Amino acid sequence: MDRLRDRVFPVIAILLVIVAAWYAFAVYMNAPFQRDLDRRAGLTPGTVEFIGKTLSQPKPTMPAPHQVAQNFFENTFLRKVTSARSLVYHSWVTLSSTLLGFTFGTALGILIAVGIVHVIALDRSLMPWIIASQTIPILAVAPMIIVVLAAIGITGLIPKALISTYLSFFPVAVGMVKGLRSPDLMHLDLMHTYNASASQTFWKLRVPASVPFLFASMKVAVAASLVGAIVGELPTGAVAGIGAKLLAGSYYSQTIEMWAALVAGSVVAALLVVLVGFVGRVVERSMGGRPA
Amino acid sequence: MMNSKPSWQVLLALVLCTIAMATMPMLASEATAPMSNGTTTLVIGLIALSGVASFAMFSGLASAAVLFVGAHGAAWLLISGISGNEGTARMPYFLLLAAAWLLAWRCVAVLSAIRPVSKQVRTFLRLLIPAIFGAWILIIWEAVTRGAGVPFILLPPPSAIAARIGNSLPILLADVRQTIFKAVLFGYIVGCASGFIVAILADRVPFLRRGLLPIGNMVSALPIIGVAPIMVIWFGFEWQSKAAVVIIMTFFPMLVNTVAGLTASGHMERDLMRTYASNYWQTLFKLRLPATAPFIFNALKINSTLALIGAIVAEFFGTPIVGMGFRISTEIGRMNVDMVWAEIAVAALAGSVFYGVVALIERATTFWHPSVRGGRA
Repeated sequence: MDRLRDRVFPVIAILLVIVAAWYAFAVYMNAPFQRDLDRRAGLTPGTVEFIGKTLSQPKPTMPAPHQVAQNFFENTFLRKVTSARSLVYHSWVTLSSTLLGFTFGTALGILIAVGIVHVIALDRSLMPWIIASQTIPILAVAPMIIVVLAAIGITGLIPKALISTYLSFFPVAVGMVKGLRSPDLMHLDLMHTYNASASQTFWKLRVPASVPFLFASMKVAVAASLVGAIVGELPTGAVAGIGAKLLAGSYYSQTIEMWAALVAGSVVAALLVVLVGFVGRVVERSMGGRPA
Repeated sequence: MMNSKPSWQVLLALVLCTIAMATMPMLASEATAPMSNGTTTLVIGLIALSGVASFAMFSGLASAAVLFVGAHGAAWLLISGISGNEGTARMPYFLLLAAAWLLAWRCVAVLSAIRPVSKQVRTFLRLLIPAIFGAWILIIWEAVTRGAGVPFILLPPPSAIAARIGNSLPILLADVRQTIFKAVLFGYIVGCASGFIVAILADRVPFLRRGLLPIGNMVSALPIIGVAPIMVIWFGFEWQSKAAVVIIMTFFPMLVNTVAGLTASGHMERDLMRTYASNYWQTLFKLRLPATAPFIFNALKINSTLALIGAIVAEFFGTPIVGMGFRISTEIGRMNVDMVWAEIAVAALAGSVFYGVVALIERATTFWHPSVRGGRA
């Protein structure tokens, strides 16, 4: 009961305030256009009728929450998943390149972290560049990767996945370096007294110690690789995917569609993060960890 | 002494040299200005001599210096030898390049093992080692793209990109002014400030904090960049729409970090402030905000990158005919890949400078914090 009062209630209250503010904002943003329409049609609607009209325009400046929800529901649940208008279809296109890039990125990040922890020359020379690489607005490279790879005949999943890989390897690499170094001197000394070899120390001490760090950084990485996949879809000229849907929406001012696509992207992101967190908990429990 | 032991990098380099000698010549027969025998001998000699000499040296520093000269001398000769003969390189060329790279690797390994006593030398080494690494990325990039004749569209050599930057400085400057000095700076300041103010509010009202924090945490996982086209529809093509995207992107990291940081001061310190009968604002300004500073700077650093990304991606959705994102998306359409790379180099430089300035301010203002004093962040 306390949990309900302290955790759930404030969140719901804030969400309700956001929805209310959204409605108010939608009325405010759509009012000028609606007033213009009414004046041309020679109508003088009452306040309530006027507000109702601002919330039901076909191409509003700011769609109302129920319009977005309705569009999202129709395009998610009522359409066949193979239809080009189905949000499930577009989400799947984005999700597949996200997952491919995320897998590569995680593998690469772990590989780099293992190298950095074991080879001192890599630690001193590569680590500063990994950190520096993140101060670069890398998404700017996205269109070039897509177009250039298309020029030599590589299209589809791989270029988008490459961008996701780049965005997701960094959190994993940094988190894993921290995790692989997290066993303290006492534990390392204990392994030393057991006369453990470097690989035994690695597999039996460093890897188990790094698992919580791995999943924490994978949560960040999966969100980043989704962003990479969405931006990677922009320059392909709007074929398929959430990014393409956004671009098409912005060409034709289909604001409701854009918002629905945005909601779909957010749902995918939330699902991915929750899924990674869930897998992390299962793995930790199976390794004998107790919930803190 | 460890340094005098033969290392596998150098041994492998010597093996590669031998194979290269057996498979000469370096350039295909249709090369217009083939490398002279003298150059070829010099390259192999440099690699072999410096490799062998590095075994004989007793101090690590001397051995590293010999390797440094050998590796970079050989690389320079190889790259200057390829000019005029682009795309005609044969296997020995790449073998020798690999050998030179192995020497550089060995050089870095030796340098990393040195534990200098004086502080200046340590700082110098800390900068030199990554610098060698970065230089070799450029060297290999240059040598391979020109040696193998990689199509210009696929990957232009760094020298061509540098030349392009030199030739189109006015355009690049105009883009930087439009994107960074108008959109990014304005959005960054407004976004960070509003995130900070809301965080203080949330701290004052516990109900707000309990409601906002989970939402803020969730939003940070969402692809916020997707609001870019919506902002372009609302605020038009000019820089205001980009600034709006930047504000939205920077708001939540600032909010979440500041709220987390405000709980960072310990109970003891807060109790002390209570015994002084200090009110909320006194406690906030004298104890809790200073304790929050590392968190705030963390958010400022994260946001410095996010702001640039937000502004550039928002420009993909429509701009006036200036701006970094605009330039990238139009020049790639015209296949002027070197211009795109030039723009990316400028963006990378701007991003690093932005981050560096924030980091410097952090060092100057939170010098008292353990994470700065200990020298390890």
